[in-house]
Amino acid sequence: MSDRTDLLLSIADDELFLGWRNSEWTGIAPFLEEDVAFSSIAQNEIGHARALYELAARELGTTADELAFDRRPDEYRCAPLVQLRRLEWARTIARHWLYETADEIRLEALKESDDPEIAGIAAKIDREEAYHRMHARMWVDRLLSAEDGRARLNDAVDELWPYALGVLDAELRPELRRRAEEQLGRSLPDVEPISRGVHEAELAELWDEMTMVRRSAPAGAQW
Amino acid sequence: MVTVEQVWAALEEIPDPEIPVISLVDLGVVKRVEIEGASVRIDFTPTFMGCPALDTMQRAMVDKVEELGAEAEVRVVLDDSWSTDKITAAGKEKLRAAGFAPPAPRTAGKLELVQLQRGFRCPYCGSTDTALENIFGPTPCRSIRYCNACRQPFEQFKTI
Repeated sequence: MSDRTDLLLSIADDELFLGWRNSEWTGIAPFLEEDVAFSSIAQNEIGHARALYELAARELGTTADELAFDRRPDEYRCAPLVQLRRLEWARTIARHWLYETADEIRLEALKESDDPEIAGIAAKIDREEAYHRMHARMWVDRLLSAEDGRARLNDAVDELWPYALGVLDAELRPELRRRAEEQLGRSLPDVEPISRGVHEAELAELWDEMTMVRRSAPAGAQW
Repeated sequence: MVTVEQVWAALEEIPDPEIPVISLVDLGVVKRVEIEGASVRIDFTPTFMGCPALDTMQRAMVDKVEELGAEAEVRVVLDDSWSTDKITAAGKEKLRAAGFAPPAPRTAGKLELVQLQRGFRCPYCGSTDTALENIFGPTPCRSIRYCNACRQPFEQFKTI
């Protein structure tokens, strides 16, 4: 597999799993606005995953659906951050904000790619992600503005920080630290990143649910 | 033999599947039409990538060209060449008439939350005493706003 396909699959898997995790708030978010927001963000992320899988599928001679649903759990390349199951609210916001901050740095780098297809798709994805980032930052500021919210958010960020570093390649991590510390107004611990390639038990659990329809009707479900 | 003009005219008749008051041409998603021998090539720039209407739009274009007696190949262009600035002036007016505030023009630099919090004009009463209720709405392309003057919630097409 080429480095290009490997890169496309890594990002697509991140977006698919995070999209799926975000959709777990559909119907039960603590505010109606957030129910709509997380559902809409999930839809966008899965749309990005689909477009990235389609590019990769062309090279591999397969289809986006086969890449999304027909691999074994240990073949997915998604960062452990997006594998974690639906988190309580402060941790949900911490993951959302850490992922979107890391994703922005990754997209900025990809937009400069010499490969016009990669640069083009990154620029298109970035337009939509701008709304996710605004939403995430608004929530971080909101939680930081009250004592209880600040304490809960800070605990959640500390817990997820090694996972957040694992979303990016080593050379982009210092920039993630810089941006995250700037918005939080404090320094973050020096920790060992939990990198791509680690498969949390929660990944297999989600895979089981995500691929259930596909596995029950391998010839293609019709309805 | 079908002409480029005939194809554009035919595509203008295809309503957006989710906001049928405007056509695909009004929406600006048809980037280019070319005739190659007996077949028509259409370059299509999707709006929001998670929009479930994208497949319907592509099928509608193929069917429409078939009605003209030609075969169409729709090529999906995945770059940032579509933005809400590509929605035609007529398209924006049609949106407003249907109760959707049209998207604000793109500005240089990064989009900031404060830009969304400005008082956009209510499509019902014309007041600018309106507030952002939710960045996100019922479809990826819409935000929810509320008009303090006529007390009517309304949707706004997001600027991207």
